[in-house]
Amino acid sequence: MAKRIEVSDLNIFYGNFKAVEGVNVSIEPRSITALIGPSGCGKSTFLRSLNRMHEVLPGARVEGKVVMDGQDLYGSDVDPVNVRRQIGMVFQRPNPFPTMSIYDNVIAGNRLNNNRMKKSDTDDLVEKSLKGANLWNEVKDRLDRPGSSLSGGQQQRLCIARAIAVEPDVLLMDEPCSALDPISTLAIEDLMAELKERFTIVIVTHNMQQAARVSEQTGFFNLNGVGQPGRLIEFNPTEKIFSNPDQKATEDYISGRFG
Amino acid sequence: MSTTTQLRPTSSPGQDPVRVERRLPRFAPLGLFLAGIALGAGLSALTGFSVTSTVIYGVILGTLAVYVASRAVEGRRKATDRLVTSLVTTAFGIAMVPLVSLVYTVLDRGLARLDADFFSASMFRVVGEGGGAYHAIIGTLVITALATVISVPIGLLTAIYLVEYGTGRLKKAITFFVDVMTGIPSIVAGLFAFALFTLLFGNSFRAGVMGAVALSVLMIPVVVRSCEEVLKLVPNELREASYALGVPKWRTVVKVVLPTAIAGLGTGITLSVARVIGETAPLLITVGLITGTNLNPFDGRMATLPVFAYYQLTQPGTATQAFLDRAWTAALVLIVFVMALNILARLISRFFAPKTGR
Repeated sequence: MAKRIEVSDLNIFYGNFKAVEGVNVSIEPRSITALIGPSGCGKSTFLRSLNRMHEVLPGARVEGKVVMDGQDLYGSDVDPVNVRRQIGMVFQRPNPFPTMSIYDNVIAGNRLNNNRMKKSDTDDLVEKSLKGANLWNEVKDRLDRPGSSLSGGQQQRLCIARAIAVEPDVLLMDEPCSALDPISTLAIEDLMAELKERFTIVIVTHNMQQAARVSEQTGFFNLNGVGQPGRLIEFNPTEKIFSNPDQKATEDYISGRFG
Repeated sequence: MSTTTQLRPTSSPGQDPVRVERRLPRFAPLGLFLAGIALGAGLSALTGFSVTSTVIYGVILGTLAVYVASRAVEGRRKATDRLVTSLVTTAFGIAMVPLVSLVYTVLDRGLARLDADFFSASMFRVVGEGGGAYHAIIGTLVITALATVISVPIGLLTAIYLVEYGTGRLKKAITFFVDVMTGIPSIVAGLFAFALFTLLFGNSFRAGVMGAVALSVLMIPVVVRSCEEVLKLVPNELREASYALGVPKWRTVVKVVLPTAIAGLGTGITLSVARVIGETAPLLITVGLITGTNLNPFDGRMATLPVFAYYQLTQPGTATQAFLDRAWTAALVLIVFVMALNILARLISRFFAPKTGR
């Protein structure tokens, strides 16, 4: 379970446009790493490059190394599909599959990959995953209802249950709370605190209080100007970032003297 | 017209923060419009009464009456609103005229022969009255079904390629040629199928499959277009959600994209069937017409409803009225088929749409 990710000299491109430049970072296992920074600075792009979701977009490509437990994820013999099975992802907007029930949504990762499972095993997996996502008590009586019948916060937790049901090593979360109300946000933050016992979690957030509340490590991304590539300005323990950052730019951003 | 001066009582203007506008009473515009029509009827009567001139004079006078009254009472903005409302409604009315007229005429003349015989008898050894279009109905169903079997896989897979896989020049070229195909005159499609089968099987070859191929040429671009639009509507987030679970692309397409779009795909395909079921020209030159029933689309001529109607109309025998009646009934049956397909399309889009459960 939970693995360390080493990123070295990572450049990320959209066609000819360099979106992110020269990222070197080590993401610790069994902890939460938060990525903060202004809009358009490449946080989400960087996150998507960690499980090779970036290259799904036409023209997008990556240079550099992302090493998980000694294996380069961008090695020529690595199948991106396998990478994504090990590194799960939760998106900004809840996106349960509209054609599937709550039950089917949770086991979608197995169903879609045609993993044959016994009915009792899938029942256990659904219950375990939904409990892991703090959703079991709310939906246990209506597992056959469509996933889209849930509220936004419940849908997002359903997506988290779906992501952890395939037992990944790492969980990437791209602004998972930005479309949610404070109560649902709290539920998901509590959930992250539980999940970090089992997974390596990387979260992109615009909410600095959230980064300060949940994460152990924080990375600050910034860009010099429009059309310039984004860079990782500072990567430090969260306490240090929010109390005594090394860089002036970080301090400006955190104290709100920026953008 | 004295009703125009009736005003809604205004509440005390000093206290009300929203200024109460003077408005025409609720049914005044309709009354004015009808008064205009009545005036138009009178005007028409002066020059020898006719329905057409009544409607034309009436609509113009009615619209003017509503506009002028509204302008005087309600002011310019409301008057413009009423004018445009009248124009839009008139345009809608004009658009409905051919539809209603067509349905009425076909019903009026087609109902005469809409009997059990029409659906159970063929024209085999019939030269006068009696007979039916059993052979043509069967032929239309067989040939259209065959055309669907050919077109849907090609069209659907092309659409999937264009939306999910295609990039660069090949995609642009395919899109361009599909657009070109959409504009192919149906007679050209018929000539293409005729030439193709003549080259392959010789001069005297005739079979239903020729018509099916000709119809496919017309149907494929419609299927591609409609399926492409529907597949584009599937949110990219669902594809990404699937990829992020470690699902390969082809499985994502088969198990996430297609099920999500199934309602739209079904609707689009059904409408494309409705589009070709009434084609006459390509079937006229490929499968021709016979009087008996031929169930085998791979050997011999077949009868189809449009071609049947065409020949009944253009080559009536001695009992002219019987032939004309059969032509109209064939047209009626064809319209019913198309309507049934449209209703089917609506049902598909209703029952297969992803359920929100709210």
